[in-house]
Amino acid sequence: MALYSEKVMDHFKNPRNVGVIEDANGVGEVGNAKCGDIMKIYLKIENGIIEDVKFETFGCGSAIASSSMATELIKGKPLSEALELTNKAVAEALDGLPAYKMHCSVLAEEAIKRAILDYYKREGIPYDEETFREVECCHGE
Amino acid sequence: MQVYLDNAATTKMSRTAIDAMFPYFDEYYGNPSSLHSMGQRAKEVLEEARVCVASCLGAVPDEILFTSGGSEADNQAIRSAATIGARKGKKHILTTAFEHHAVLHTLKKLEKEGFEVTYLSVGRVGNVTPEQVAEAIREDTCLVTMMTANNEIGSILPIAEIGAVCRERKVLFHTDAVQAVGHIPMNVQEMQIDMLSLSAHKFHGPKGVGVLYARKGIALTNLIEGGAQERGKRAGTENLAGIVGLAAALKEATDHLSENAEKVAALRDKLIQGLSGIPHSILNGDRVRRLPGNVHFCFEGIEGESLLLLLDEYGIEASSGSACTSGSLDPSHVLLAIGHPHEIAHGSLRLSLSEYTTEEEIDFALEVIPKVVERLRNMSPIWRDKMNGIKPFLI
Repeated sequence: MALYSEKVMDHFKNPRNVGVIEDANGVGEVGNAKCGDIMKIYLKIENGIIEDVKFETFGCGSAIASSSMATELIKGKPLSEALELTNKAVAEALDGLPAYKMHCSVLAEEAIKRAILDYYKREGIPYDEETFREVECCHGE
Repeated sequence: MQVYLDNAATTKMSRTAIDAMFPYFDEYYGNPSSLHSMGQRAKEVLEEARVCVASCLGAVPDEILFTSGGSEADNQAIRSAATIGARKGKKHILTTAFEHHAVLHTLKKLEKEGFEVTYLSVGRVGNVTPEQVAEAIREDTCLVTMMTANNEIGSILPIAEIGAVCRERKVLFHTDAVQAVGHIPMNVQEMQIDMLSLSAHKFHGPKGVGVLYARKGIALTNLIEGGAQERGKRAGTENLAGIVGLAAALKEATDHLSENAEKVAALRDKLIQGLSGIPHSILNGDRVRRLPGNVHFCFEGIEGESLLLLLDEYGIEASSGSACTSGSLDPSHVLLAIGHPHEIAHGSLRLSLSEYTTEEEIDFALEVIPKVVERLRNMSPIWRDKMNGIKPFLI
């Protein structure tokens, strides 16, 4: 299908980092079933580094590919770098997404931010509210 | 293995139709409006096709208007009835909530022009009753337009009974029979249909050609102005090869209708039975009054587009009412009309068969689909939540 780039199809067919981290210390879920997209990111963070990351996604091909790519891009990276990941970077790494699918990459960015925010809250680590302004509200059912 | 199960979208052309068309691209390329021999031969062929189509539908040749397809026929039928109605001050139209967009969008436009439209509810099964129609017809109703069979979920409406109600109440009755013609018996006289739309490529004919049947005496409104083709009701040089292909395909489909329907329905039932074994799945549409080639399911916890893409990887070509394939976030209006919540409507799969579908293909589909559904469920957070009792199952 020419709808998606080869890279999107590769990440969709062979998604990296699918699953659950049972002892995750940061979990973020965004999207809702009504819109047809839910993305959930599990992080295992040690010493400020993302030691492991897994995802679960209910959604279309580009949502699954975006989650897969986003997890690849942050695995092994320090939190500061993961927080800088933009949806554009996810889409570019996938060799582009159709315009009406860009929201899938936005979900991936937001899911990661939410998971990191969850980690900060669990650990009682102070954080810059401005960084998380967009993911603090307005999501879920 | 390549398994084409999207015959409701379009069909493979029959060899008969291709062979019938070929001379009209090549040897006999005349314009039916020309006076010379080449033109007059084209004119004869055009009229022979009209006679053929009329006899397949139980109409007379003068009632057959060739169009560019089903959408044009729907547009013209509705526009014509609206024009007739407006002249008498009747500006109410009755339809169903799950019509094709060719009908719904034309009606939306008429609403903006001051018409009032009633959309009959189609219930959980996805059908309407003649009683519903009888109750909803008003003094100022100028048109009842209801599809013969639904393109997504395959329900067949009680068209003859609705036709009888409309005839008795003296209201024009149009039916979009695009999914039905060539697959189930259609006779405009017996079913008391005033106008009917059909499209050739749904029954192994070519794309880009269709028919509007309009009972004698119904004044049609032109959508395309120009030359005097089609009794002055549809300008533009006739798509002769396409029209010949349409007629050949329709005759072939009509001649073999019951044997094809029986064969296809048997495969359909095997597919339905097999897929019903997938937990938390539901067959959509009327189980009994159903197109012979339609199978339509919703699977909880997954999304339709990813299902289609994975099936395509296995060589299975199917369809979905999924929003994601159409670029909108709203799922199919048909699935919402039968009462599914958005979440369930997103997880839909339509498999549509034809007489070219084989039992091996159905067996292959039955082997692959449950695996693919399971694979997607295993990566779905909503499925996990349901399995862990955090969220309720909806089906």
